Amino acid sequence: MEHQVSTQEPLVELKQITQSYSSGPRLFTAIQDVDLVLREGEFVCLLGPSGCGKSTLLRVIAGLQRPTSGQVLYRGQPLQGVNPHATIVFQTFALFPWLTVQENVEVALKARGAPPKLRATRSVDLLDRVGLDGFETAYPRELSGGMRQKVGFARAMAVEPELLCLDEPFSALDPLSAEALRGELIELWTSGSIPTKAVLMVTHSIEEAVFMADRVIVMDKGPGRVVADMAIDMPYPRQRKLNKFMQTVDRVYATLAGRTDPEHVELGVPPGEPGRTRVLPHIDISDLTGLLEHLDELQDNRADIFRLADSLKIGSDTLLSLTEAAELLGFALVAEGDITLTPLGETFAEASIRGRKEIFATRVRRLPIFRWLTAMLRATEKQQLEWEVVKMALSLEFPPDEAERQLDIIIDWGRYAEILAYDDDGELLYLEPGQGERPS
Amino acid sequence: MSPSHLFKTEQPAQRVFSWQDIAVLAGLAALIYGLARIALGAPEVVEGPTISLQLRAIPFYATLSVLRMLTAYVLSLLFTLVYGRFAASSAWGERLLIPLLDVLQSVPILSFLPVVMLSLSAFLSENVAAELASVVLIFTSQVWNMTFAWYQSLKTTPADLREANAIFRFNGWMRFKTLELPFGSISLIWNSMMSWAGGWFFLIAAETFTVGQKDFSLPGLGSYLYTAAEMGDMRALFWGLAALVMIIVALDQFIWRPLLAWAERFKLQMVASDEPPTSWFYDFISSTRLSGWLNERVIGRGLERLDQAMLRRFPVKDKPPREDATLRRALGYLLGIVILALLAVLVVRAGRTLLAVPLSEWREIAVGLLATLLRVAVAMALALAWTIPVGVAIGSNPRLARWLQPLVQITASVPATALFPVILLFMATLPGGLNLAAILLMLLGTQWYLLFNIIAGASTIPQDLKYTTALLRIDRWAKWRTLILPALFSYIITGAITANGGAWNASIVAEHLSFGDKTIYLLGIGGLITKATADGNYPLLFAATFSMVLAVVLINRLLWRPLYRQAEEKYRLD
Repeated sequence: MEHQVSTQEPLVELKQITQSYSSGPRLFTAIQDVDLVLREGEFVCLLGPSGCGKSTLLRVIAGLQRPTSGQVLYRGQPLQGVNPHATIVFQTFALFPWLTVQENVEVALKARGAPPKLRATRSVDLLDRVGLDGFETAYPRELSGGMRQKVGFARAMAVEPELLCLDEPFSALDPLSAEALRGELIELWTSGSIPTKAVLMVTHSIEEAVFMADRVIVMDKGPGRVVADMAIDMPYPRQRKLNKFMQTVDRVYATLAGRTDPEHVELGVPPGEPGRTRVLPHIDISDLTGLLEHLDELQDNRADIFRLADSLKIGSDTLLSLTEAAELLGFALVAEGDITLTPLGETFAEASIRGRKEIFATRVRRLPIFRWLTAMLRATEKQQLEWEVVKMALSLEFPPDEAERQLDIIIDWGRYAEILAYDDDGELLYLEPGQGERPS
Repeated sequence: MSPSHLFKTEQPAQRVFSWQDIAVLAGLAALIYGLARIALGAPEVVEGPTISLQLRAIPFYATLSVLRMLTAYVLSLLFTLVYGRFAASSAWGERLLIPLLDVLQSVPILSFLPVVMLSLSAFLSENVAAELASVVLIFTSQVWNMTFAWYQSLKTTPADLREANAIFRFNGWMRFKTLELPFGSISLIWNSMMSWAGGWFFLIAAETFTVGQKDFSLPGLGSYLYTAAEMGDMRALFWGLAALVMIIVALDQFIWRPLLAWAERFKLQMVASDEPPTSWFYDFISSTRLSGWLNERVIGRGLERLDQAMLRRFPVKDKPPREDATLRRALGYLLGIVILALLAVLVVRAGRTLLAVPLSEWREIAVGLLATLLRVAVAMALALAWTIPVGVAIGSNPRLARWLQPLVQITASVPATALFPVILLFMATLPGGLNLAAILLMLLGTQWYLLFNIIAGASTIPQDLKYTTALLRIDRWAKWRTLILPALFSYIITGAITANGGAWNASIVAEHLSFGDKTIYLLGIGGLITKATADGNYPLLFAATFSMVLAVVLINRLLWRPLYRQAEEKYRLD
């Protein structure tokens, strides 16, 4: 899976980039020891689940964010502040709503000191090229999402960047506009009509990465790091239905899903103890039951994960969270890009609502984080704790946002399993009656 | 978006009292003490100007009043831009400047009027002192909410737009012009409108401030009204009030509405809003050729030149400034120490002065606070009693709202202080009339905040909830209890916080009455403050002013803020 050594000159070099931030006494690592080389002529995708630090890495490369340690070299020179040769196309477009389409493009040129005449001709020309002629005087709110992103592209290209950074540029668009825009971008890039030397795109969609990039860097979370660097050697424009395309997608899924560790590593340790506490995946429980029911109906109770995304009409990000949860709870096994229902998962899928809750409860009680919380609740006099207190305790393990999210997930799962109850008015967590005496 | 959302200043979710608050209160004590000390040198007798009651004089007086307001407003705007930037961009600024702002905006500004007037007149000629004091007071009444709004908008500029700014290498000026100012403009305009409305209240009070032998009144619309009422000249009174209303309406129609209509483009939302603010004057102006020409040739070119100059003058620096800041930091510390030392000296002296105030006067202060508190409570209760039903009626009936709202707005914009002479004229003869008049003035100063908030709140009650209660056949009282009051709760609290401050403020002007040389003082902290001013009893003036500030801050922290927090958490409709 090693990427073939390109003969081109390196444009960006990352050396041992680590990004961490402190919250109270703890230090959290968003990215750890990332080494990476981007060369001229490359279209590289940073791919990974949410929270793996891929957007942070993009900002480090663009110079918007200074890494905690490590070095960013641009053409061999250490980067000082924002990289003047890079621009970003944002997921949320980041257009100024009070400027017209043309003014939005012009303002980028103005900041670089271009005189009015040049600004006008250049921006009109670029808008023409992305197919927005006639919309120069429109305001962004009058445009569809796809057209807004075209303005984003025109603005980014107006300053003739050597390095074009794309931060999930298609994920806020409807599927059709996204597909059209992907094709147009590939065409601009492969035709060589733009002075851009390299493209770096962040995405969480595996198919999108395989469709566009000639190199995919796969990242994983906890802490964010590079786990694979794959060359995608297929001619443009790529056909999604080709066998080779599908095999490649499958291969990437296999890298990302089912990175199963031995059980004690997999479940992690309770908060506060040495070792890593397992981060619970953020899922909707009804989605999980839906997935399990779907698998139960399939032959052999098994499916190719990347095909599941297609047949269930969900994004790869959501799907990967769901498979992670299914695996964590012992309802499914993931191996080589395939997911298989375990006998327990099968029982769950076929059980009544009551039965499901009971199975879910026994599985959830195994998780160290739940054992920790129930023990803590039992130790209190009234078997209840304030939300804030539990959050504080979790903050020693997770960054503040994540601590809050984890607590929400715990409450959600605990409520479903009828282990925990939560009183929103008093912001109190307590054990469901009957849970107090029962040994874990 | 309803204006009340923009008016809502976020209540910080911190503990009730923090060390910053103590520091701010100590600083305030030092300030009041310092002013009171300076006031010692104030002349015994201060002569006021003679006010002509001829109708021809009205435009002149009105111009003077507007100019005072304008001066204070420009100062407020400048202060806002600078202070907000400091507070938003530095960590220490945020830790110190924001709590300071938070206390200052809950302080009853009018309680400062006597000390400020006296201390300024100690070393300036009476005229200049009164002018300056009026501008300072109007400034302090206008500035806090604007600064808060600007700070909040700086803190909430969307992250993606800020990143776009950085990646496209905008310098500070470009960032201000293309991002921060447009983003903050709507809330800045709404808050400016509110500041002007509040400013009138203080302007009139400052123009007519007279106690005992000291007549600090200024030539202006306020003193015109006051003199007219005193002389019983109904014709002059009527025309004076008419002029005031006309100015307020004209400002609204020719400045604020057009600005709001123009600023609609700065709304961040990507969909057009249903009912954008409109202005006939704006439509008229923008349809003229002259405006097009001005826009393109003069403003456009001027701005282009300014942009180019700013870009050349302040290029983006790639290297963030490094550790050469040690010297500057040392100087900063030194300055801080000097200020702290000065503050400490003043605080100690202030403390000593407070200790020197005899026990009998402290008793007077305590009784005065209680009496004023009672009046404020009565005024608030009266205001709630009528604004809740009326506000709900207007807010839940769009047809009624459409034609009542402008009417209410105009009525509300007439500063209560301008009406006070008229009220006195009718009430002074009744038994307990002065007391009634004081409560009425407080009511006039406070009810509008409540009414507007309740209207806004009632209009946000979702239709489906109304249908549900209708379907469930819930009776009228139960409907109020389960739907309307909970839905209104946070709006009522927001309105009440402002109203409460307004009522305490009003006590300064409401609790005394001058007939020529004779002055009657009501039992109350406001009456006590004005009496101390007249008698030249500076320790008492200082003690009473500080007690009032402390009382209002305490009430805010111990009563309103917990209620507000509860409203935010429990009774949210989204």
